Amino acid sequence: MCLAIPGKITEIHTANGMRMAKVDFGGVLRETCLEALPEAKLGDYVIVHAGFALNTLSEKEALETLEIFREMDALADAESELNELSS
Amino acid sequence: MPNISDAPSFANAACPMPLPHGAQVVMGHGSGGRMTRDLIQQVFEPLFSNPPLDAGNDFAALPSLPGELILTTDSHVVSPLFFPGGDIGRLAVCGTVNDIAVSGARPDYLTAGFILEEGLPVETLIRVAESMKAACEEAGVLIVAGDTKVVEKGRCDGMYINTTGVGWKSASLSINGANAKPGDVILVTGTMADHGMAVISARGELAIESEIQSDVAPLNNLITELLKAVPEVHVLRDPTRGGLATTLNEIASQSNCEILLNEKAIPVAKPVRTCCEMLGFDPLYVANEGKLVIILPEEQSSAALAALHSHKYGRNSAVIGHITNFRKPRVLLKTLIGGTRILDMLSGEMLPRIC
Amino acid sequence: MSFPLEDFRDARLVHAALEELNKVTTQPWVIMEICGGQTHAIMQYGLDQLLPPGLELVHGPGCPVCVTPLELVDKAIAIASRPEVIFCSFGDMLRVPGSNEDLFSVRAGGGSVRVVYSPLDAVKIAQENPEKQVVFFAIGFETTAPVNAASVLQANNLGLKNYSILVSQVCVPPAMQALLSSPDNRVQGFLAAGHVCSVMGYWEYLPLAAQYRIPIVVTGFEPLDLVRGITQCVKQLEKHTFTVENAYERAVTEKGNQSAQGMISQVYIPVDRNWRGIGMIPQSGWGLHPDFARFDAENRFDTSAIVAHESEVCIAGEILRGTKKPNQCPAFRVLCNPSKPLGAPMVSSEGACSAYYRYSSDAV
Repeated sequence: MCLAIPGKITEIHTANGMRMAKVDFGGVLRETCLEALPEAKLGDYVIVHAGFALNTLSEKEALETLEIFREMDALADAESELNELSS
Repeated sequence: MPNISDAPSFANAACPMPLPHGAQVVMGHGSGGRMTRDLIQQVFEPLFSNPPLDAGNDFAALPSLPGELILTTDSHVVSPLFFPGGDIGRLAVCGTVNDIAVSGARPDYLTAGFILEEGLPVETLIRVAESMKAACEEAGVLIVAGDTKVVEKGRCDGMYINTTGVGWKSASLSINGANAKPGDVILVTGTMADHGMAVISARGELAIESEIQSDVAPLNNLITELLKAVPEVHVLRDPTRGGLATTLNEIASQSNCEILLNEKAIPVAKPVRTCCEMLGFDPLYVANEGKLVIILPEEQSSAALAALHSHKYGRNSAVIGHITNFRKPRVLLKTLIGGTRILDMLSGEMLPRIC
Repeated sequence: MSFPLEDFRDARLVHAALEELNKVTTQPWVIMEICGGQTHAIMQYGLDQLLPPGLELVHGPGCPVCVTPLELVDKAIAIASRPEVIFCSFGDMLRVPGSNEDLFSVRAGGGSVRVVYSPLDAVKIAQENPEKQVVFFAIGFETTAPVNAASVLQANNLGLKNYSILVSQVCVPPAMQALLSSPDNRVQGFLAAGHVCSVMGYWEYLPLAAQYRIPIVVTGFEPLDLVRGITQCVKQLEKHTFTVENAYERAVTEKGNQSAQGMISQVYIPVDRNWRGIGMIPQSGWGLHPDFARFDAENRFDTSAIVAHESEVCIAGEILRGTKKPNQCPAFRVLCNPSKPLGAPMVSSEGACSAYYRYSSDAV
């Protein structure tokens, strides 16, 4: 139910009484309603569904999540090297 | 009794001449009479001139060559008429040139039939015709016969074009969808889904701005270079409507073989991938108009890639999969993360989704 | 520069995550992913084949296309067939079969049916076509509720008299409750829908987890997110804990987006909703607030004569409840396929039947 993708706010303006933004999804731009994110600013990443920004995306949280898995991957590598050496 | 001298006089009567309709196509332009001739003289004659066409007959008399005659036809109904990277005219010429070229034949002659909507600016028709001329010159083909009809406003989307093409192929050359063999590799000549997404962004209803350009191009020269470098090509096809997945399903069915693709190897340009994700489209099902699917023996793939990479329409060519030993007509995709899924035929129109 | 999205699809990281999942899974478990978007992603990446044997993923009713009641589809078709109407909809709804036909065939018959990416585009169409009535098919879960509400607010601000919405808004927690309280429920853990929670937060799930003693993990949509959500759910099941966890921190907080929730409560009120294939679930959806009743297409157009007839063969209800799998349906592939669907789960590209049909690894 939730096809939504991340994009970056490149412009903020008002249109027809609503807070709107031009969001860059990576080579594709679209007008997006920013009415639910009064604090969002230029350069923020937002998650967008049907032309509406649901929330800002925390780059910090994203990187932390990725770090967990990078460590897991490094550990797995180290373990398999150890197994190879001892066999 | 009325006196005949009281009757109104018709001396010096002047019927107003029809106003020149130079600006817009009107019904009269399709009637076959003087107005049709005027339109042809105004639009087509300055751009297309060759002996068969200039002879002015209802037919084109053409020389026959040794080998097999290859014939193909296509109708083009794209909307909008102009999109980033191309237009309906270029699409029409390239589509037909490519359909002939994938048989291994050299495309020689095209016909072009136009159905025009009443009210279409003549300027638009001229732009389309100019684009067709440029595409013909690039491909080295001639338009030798044509037709023009006009329908009432609302009965077509501005313009429809039908093109038929002929070419000659050496009888010994056998390139077709039934020739794929276990062990063969599958190549594509560049990024997928460019054309379909360019047209969708140009339509305006989805209000998307992008840099995506259609890849529409004539590929006969690319094919000539390929066949020089690699004489033993088994299958050539351009993955147009329905995209790569549909084309490969057709080939799998014709050759009764199983195809295994490597998702990671399939080139897709970043903005195209992004646009697909926004709308919920799968790039493997989106149309291409300037790309080839090539199936050939594995040991020929390096030579093929070298030839393709040195041509402007083959720079991003890549090996994307192979024909397995399993005799079951289907297409499998090894996903980015190592899972495997079946790639079915496209059923119905792909629609933007929210889920 | 773009958000590090690709990293969430990185094969190495996903494999490291899968190894961890395999390590912690010691017995069979049944986990439901609520959201159709998650079903689609699992199938698209072939993730279902890479899970530990014995770990069963059941696909839940999180597909607003699938659960929109037949009667509403028939009403949509009736309204769209009117000559003065321009009917706008998300693409997913066009192929959903009504009792006799679908919106596609209305278009083929000359009706004006337009696909839009956003309901705000439908408002624009209303502005540009003042002589027509523009109706938007406002389906969706909580993810789509804010934008559907925004369209009404915008139409109101603009003083438009020719815009209305046909509402089919549904909510996740009541559906989960209905599933959990059913005697044939097999589900032991849930992956909650990440984008629903982005709007609503996840505080609503706390009483559910406590009452039914079931772990609920808020999960995203990329392969790494999905494996992580499943792993955290399994870890809880193995430890016999039943809390609500957030495994989609970059987009979800416990309270959610309160501005978005404000827009929803301004425009909507909770109502009972009929779920196709499941039946009536009390207070499980939203309808227009009396202040905005004039924007309700069911008030604006008389559709009282509609009587809906479900297909007798289609077992969509059992599919949506997770009690049967698509390949257990006698009509699957034989009578029912994406080109000729009998029910909604075959139509929607995230519906369980469609996902099975397109991506099924049974035959691989």
